[in-house]
Amino acid sequence: MSPAIAILIRGGRLIDPAAGVDAERDILLRDGRVVAVEAPGKLKAAAKQENAEEIDATGLVVAPGLVDIHVHLREPGQGYKETIATGTAAAAAGGFTSVCAMPNTVPVNDSPETTRWMQSPERGALIRVFPIAAATRGSMGEKLTEYGSLKAAGAVGVSDDGKPILGEAIMHQALTVAARAGLPVIQHAEDTRLTGGCSMNAGAKAFRMGLRGMPSEAESGLVERDIRLLASLNGVRAHLHVAHLSTTAALEAVRRARRNGLHVTCEVAPHHFLLTEEAVGDYDTNAKMNPPLRARADRDAMLQGILDGVVDCIATDHAPHAAHEKEQEFERAPNGITGLETALGLSLSLFHKAHRLPISRVINLLSSQPAAVLALKGRGTLAVGSFADVTIFDAKKEWVFRAAGSKSKSKNTPFDGWTMLGEVRWTISEGRIAYRKEPTV
Amino acid sequence: MVRSRGSVISVLDLSIEDVASILAQARSFENEDPLIRMKRLLKRRVALLFYESSTRTRTSFELAAKSLGADTALISSQSSSIEKGESLKDTGITLKALGAECIILRHLSSGAPYLLEAATGLPILNGGDGMHEHPSQALLDLRTMLAHLRDGTAEVDETTLQGVTVTICGDILHSRVARSNALLLPRLGAQVIFCGPAALLPEIASQIGPGVTIERDFEKALADSQVVMMLRIQAERLAGLQVDLEEYKSRYQANGPRLAKFAPKALLLHPGPIIRGLELTSEVADGPQSLIAEQVRHGVAVRMALVARALDHSNAENTGTKSSEKPTKKARRA
Repeated sequence: MSPAIAILIRGGRLIDPAAGVDAERDILLRDGRVVAVEAPGKLKAAAKQENAEEIDATGLVVAPGLVDIHVHLREPGQGYKETIATGTAAAAAGGFTSVCAMPNTVPVNDSPETTRWMQSPERGALIRVFPIAAATRGSMGEKLTEYGSLKAAGAVGVSDDGKPILGEAIMHQALTVAARAGLPVIQHAEDTRLTGGCSMNAGAKAFRMGLRGMPSEAESGLVERDIRLLASLNGVRAHLHVAHLSTTAALEAVRRARRNGLHVTCEVAPHHFLLTEEAVGDYDTNAKMNPPLRARADRDAMLQGILDGVVDCIATDHAPHAAHEKEQEFERAPNGITGLETALGLSLSLFHKAHRLPISRVINLLSSQPAAVLALKGRGTLAVGSFADVTIFDAKKEWVFRAAGSKSKSKNTPFDGWTMLGEVRWTISEGRIAYRKEPTV
Repeated sequence: MVRSRGSVISVLDLSIEDVASILAQARSFENEDPLIRMKRLLKRRVALLFYESSTRTRTSFELAAKSLGADTALISSQSSSIEKGESLKDTGITLKALGAECIILRHLSSGAPYLLEAATGLPILNGGDGMHEHPSQALLDLRTMLAHLRDGTAEVDETTLQGVTVTICGDILHSRVARSNALLLPRLGAQVIFCGPAALLPEIASQIGPGVTIERDFEKALADSQVVMMLRIQAERLAGLQVDLEEYKSRYQANGPRLAKFAPKALLLHPGPIIRGLELTSEVADGPQSLIAEQVRHGVAVRMALVARALDHSNAENTGTKSSEKPTKKARRA
């Protein structure tokens, strides 16, 4: 398990969309980096010289480690929901080698100290954790945090996720300062003036259930506002990233902004391209999240946005909550579901199996593009010199996900019992095996 | 999710046949000698769990259970451990441990009865949950209508209320009574008209189910209706919504001249509590068309039937356990 040990992965089908590779290749890892990628058999001598451990990947896909740019690891402060150790174990089991942790911890990660604390080896992370720091102090939406020192401490973006950066002046300031610091501003787009007391999507279903509904304008209105601000900045080119996008109108706003040359990116969570508000059923709190599950047309638009490329990446918004928190009245239960162990299986099922998207496109959405969105250097590719972050999976294998067996501390998922396509067999993080699964017969 | 038989959380938990048998049972209990009736559920245990204030629903469920001989315990959110932060799940588990065989729940949160049902496995009777449903109210409203329009028949089917139009007027958005009635009455053949201002009646409301339409003009709706159900503006649920009360009264109040002109024969219902001088005038509330007090009386009968039905199912499950024990005893003797 020491990073000094070399690993030869041979016999697999290497799919590295960033390098334009989809072919049989052997790959040699050493000192946490990719040192060679060659035709099958060509690395035998080199591997022997290195005394490399061998992984037989015959019949398997060898891909750059998956990257999830939106997770909640709950540390510091809420270790009963998840810890960095358990969250990254779940991530590794799901094929992820990098996760970006949102700052709505207790206390809020708004300081370089907390940012460093989250990355310290004592946290026991099995894979790489990149903190996203709060955009405003305490995520109160009033005063900016210190973007330069947060970046120096390892933050890869700023966000008040869970809450929006609502004030127009403070958002304008955040975009300007973040652009100078070279950080994206990640917006949780929700006009909270329109969503007070709401617990699901607005519409006929919410009316029928007697629940107050969040209108889609609460999302699209804020995305449009942010895009206007982005266009109005003087002398700086800022990067706006829209988190967990869920509505047709917001997606169209992103599409237009991009056409107009603005630097706007967006992510969509698996539940938003798979489920609709109907999944709320009889008040199932595992179907309660923010943004909420939307109408069928919105769900279809998310799917289409991924197929046509306007959506940059898939991100899970992994949001663990303890059973006692979810076993409450629907309106009282906290928002969010876990997602790290189901993202690859659900994405392959839907996009590769049902919509015939090449596997390389799915990997692009789960690895190369998210790494690019947050400029994670050396991630999301297996080109020589990049980090030895590798996910090896059996792309043909179907399996059934059981929440009870999840490595996350929390089991709040609507995908319990769902059939997944693609079984992760190895997850290698910077040359260390972070997850290993024997093939199931 | 596994549902408890005997639970009534939504009117959709009941088939038309279920509704008919509840109405028949209500009539039979109502006509029964109180001294015989009180042996029906003698010493059975029913808990009334009330997170929201209530006069009619609480008292009539309590009287209903008691007149069948059951023991009742009332737990309200004030003066119980709920105030100390005990969850609904734990409160339910506690009541079950105390021997409750059925829980009647009123809660401010829509869907809460499903949580209680999952936590306890007991039959749950929904005494009103948030803005979701109030099924026993819809059943007693139905019984009131049948008494006046269909000679009090209990033998209902899909056509029983054909030709009957029911206008439900007022704060539809926040009303669980409106939802339960709109989901029940059209299944018996009635037409339901929702009436009210846009702020209290969104367009989407008509999609609740078949047989429901929206008419913003109260007088037009009245002219078409055999039954008019007035609703209170639920100030406690308005959440910042502004309603101009003078404007509201001028357009939607049930007052003497308006009823005389547009619906002189219509039955006037109100689930209560009524706010005299707002959604209806005293003249109307106390007038000959008003069935408000009669609704309350029907409530006791319908709730007797619901409690008996709930305990019947809970009894059936217990009997099942006992009968499976019998062979063991025999085996021991042999």
